Amino acid sequence: MALLEISGLSKAFGGVQALRGLDFHIDEGEIVSVIGPNGAGKTSFFNVISGIFSPDEGSIIFDGDDVTHHAPSEVTQRGIARTFQNVRLFANMTVLENVMVGQHCRTKAGILGAIFNTPSQRAEEEMIGEKAREILSFFGTRLAGYRLDQPAFALSYANRRRLEIARAMATEPRLLLLDEPTAGMNPRETIELTGKIGEMRDDRGLTVVVISHEMNVVEDVSDRVVVLDHGVKIAEGGYADVSTDDDVIEAYLGRPAESDDD
Amino acid sequence: MKDLRYTRFLGFISGLTMAFTGAIGMIEVFNQRTLIDPFLTMGTLMLLGIPAVIGVVAAKGRSNPLEGPTRDPLRGALAGLIMGLIAGVFASLFVLLVDTVDLTEFFPNLRPAMVDAMTFGFGVPVGLAVLSAASGLAGAAGGFFSGMSADIRRGMGAALAWVLGFSLLQGVVADIVEVRTVIRAIYSPQDGLQWWAALIIGALAWWLTLRYQGTGKTFAKRVREADPKGSLRRSLIGLAILMAVFLPMLLGGILNELLINVSFFILMGLGLNIVVGYAGLLDLGYVAFFAVGAYGTAVLTSPLSSTVNPEMSWWLALLVVIGLAAIAGILVGTPVLRMRGDYLAIVTLGFGEMVRILLLSDWLTPIFGGAQGIRRIPGIPIPFTDITISGVDPQLFIYFTLFFVLIATYVSYRASTARVGRAWAAMREDEEVAEATGVSTVSAKLLAFVTGAIIASFAGALFSAKVGAVFTNSFDLLVSIVVLLVVILGGMGSIPGIYVGSLVLIGLLGGPKSPGLLAEFGAYKLLFYGAILVFMMLKRPEGLWPSKLRSRELHIGELSQDAWLEKKGEFSSADGEEATV
Repeated sequence: MALLEISGLSKAFGGVQALRGLDFHIDEGEIVSVIGPNGAGKTSFFNVISGIFSPDEGSIIFDGDDVTHHAPSEVTQRGIARTFQNVRLFANMTVLENVMVGQHCRTKAGILGAIFNTPSQRAEEEMIGEKAREILSFFGTRLAGYRLDQPAFALSYANRRRLEIARAMATEPRLLLLDEPTAGMNPRETIELTGKIGEMRDDRGLTVVVISHEMNVVEDVSDRVVVLDHGVKIAEGGYADVSTDDDVIEAYLGRPAESDDD
Repeated sequence: MKDLRYTRFLGFISGLTMAFTGAIGMIEVFNQRTLIDPFLTMGTLMLLGIPAVIGVVAAKGRSNPLEGPTRDPLRGALAGLIMGLIAGVFASLFVLLVDTVDLTEFFPNLRPAMVDAMTFGFGVPVGLAVLSAASGLAGAAGGFFSGMSADIRRGMGAALAWVLGFSLLQGVVADIVEVRTVIRAIYSPQDGLQWWAALIIGALAWWLTLRYQGTGKTFAKRVREADPKGSLRRSLIGLAILMAVFLPMLLGGILNELLINVSFFILMGLGLNIVVGYAGLLDLGYVAFFAVGAYGTAVLTSPLSSTVNPEMSWWLALLVVIGLAAIAGILVGTPVLRMRGDYLAIVTLGFGEMVRILLLSDWLTPIFGGAQGIRRIPGIPIPFTDITISGVDPQLFIYFTLFFVLIATYVSYRASTARVGRAWAAMREDEEVAEATGVSTVSAKLLAFVTGAIIASFAGALFSAKVGAVFTNSFDLLVSIVVLLVVILGGMGSIPGIYVGSLVLIGLLGGPKSPGLLAEFGAYKLLFYGAILVFMMLKRPEGLWPSKLRSRELHIGELSQDAWLEKKGEFSSADGEEATV
């Protein structure tokens, strides 16, 4: 059975129909890319899945449970984490704290535990710190050492992207939604991160949906590619098939000149 | 040419301010207090302090921000002099106008007494010249000193601060019981510091500052190196607590009374700090929770509250009140869950007023006494004894307030560094992302409101036990605003900041209903509250003792990645200071 099963998803903002009856599924352990021209509805798609927007129609079934109109924190709690297109970190918190916040939904110490400094609360805090360090070590030395205590805003652009991914991973998701994870990175960093996305699946058992504009990333990373345009799925399949699909080429480049003759 | 125009502009500003302080009667009132016998009154200080301070600004001129100010005492003095003279002439013209045209019908403050106060008692023709000249000299002095070397500026600053401190805080110094006779010798029998004492204190402060300058920092650094585990720091905190234990015994009744007031605002400040500083929810109706605490305790303990009359002991009532405050926190928090920023502020402001109006309403008069309030609230019984402590004995009562301040401090500190604190910080930074990262903002917000409400209810319970009576006018909007001002002044999100803010604001200027050390400010308190707020927002939005998080936030533009690395040392020292609380 599919890990995430979406059917007939629609969302309109005033007169703009961002998503129209979208069907989508992803199996456990798959890496799927979502591509499409600007304004195709890719980010709206993520926003609806992660609960930030409630869909007008359609259903989202995650691991057998209906999560259609759940609050974002509940969706995250159930195991769907995401990153944002325009990196949104807790800019003034340190790198480590950013990731520790990710552990929030997996821990439970309350204010009373904090006040009375109970042994279980202390143990939990320690565990949160350790987990956060472990997750940051996924990116090697990039986010280690003195960087742990740096405020997030002091990081380089690529590191901010990495930190945002680490924060999402800290929620211990089963499904990770990455919104343009390589945007603004140089070619070397892009290749490195592409490799990391593969590792997420292979070493950590994550299922990943990636939105990307960079076709070499899409080609390298995805098992399957879904193409959106004007909120409709126009193509789906392997990269080779999709990249030669007429509808896809038309969506990106417009109608070929010769077809004007018909 | 450009500089001259700027100087002229500052002169007008300065003159306008001088005329304004005169027109609102401030100089007259402040003249009643002598600072240094026989020549300096508070009014004179206020009047000439304006051109002196603006003289410093004028001396700096419109310097290129990249080069920094050019320091040249003589040029500075000249700029200050021109500025001061313009200001003095402007102010003199105003005085002349008041003297010739009788405006008392419309502006009761514009009367001969004001003319007298602003001309130092010399009357119109002579006094105007004196005012202009004095203003020019004050401006020149300001400009001259701002052009001197850093050492001299620092020494001068210290000397001024100490002399002013000693003279302004005469009440405190004279109220310290044990050393009364020694200390009192430096004050004149009428009022104010003896002129020779002012000279000695100034010289001493100057010398000490230059002698020991910089050693403070290296000392702090040395301590940190010698004491990496912080055990010394902990013992220093212990010492501070010990001092807090014995201090009230050394202080007289007036000071203890004042300290109790300060602690009420520290308590409320700490509570509001959780809501505003940690969770980022601007609550302008915070007084509602203070009222719940005070009225809750009053109804439960006083034998006079008409219908509901359980006559509980204060401690039992406190437990009930905590529950009531938690409910109030949820009641206020739930409807505003979806609101942010300005909208939240306005709605909470409405809630605050609603509570006050409800307490006054005919409908609830049988319970809360309406405008009559509730009286005969007993004090706080000490368990296992027959002793009851109430506000008539401030020397003992202060221990209760300090006890609750300690509790609130501890709660704030623990919560801010724990999982809930991180959730609040994340929510304040970006609510939507916090939610998407798995933080339930609904429960985080409610928790912040409830915790803040409970801490305010402590203050309320203590307040009603201290005063022995509650009336609705103790719970108006101004209280909410002053508590917020305490938090802003000290530094949002900073626990030591709340202490500093409350000591400075409530201790010096006074609370909304209580006088501070500078009782002369009483009538102009609101003016100063406003001035402080504007000044802080412009010059130091992170507060007097900022939290590291806030100062990062507000200076984000100044700290690019590289600059941050250079400043790393500074940050870690700031962290160290915060950890001591």
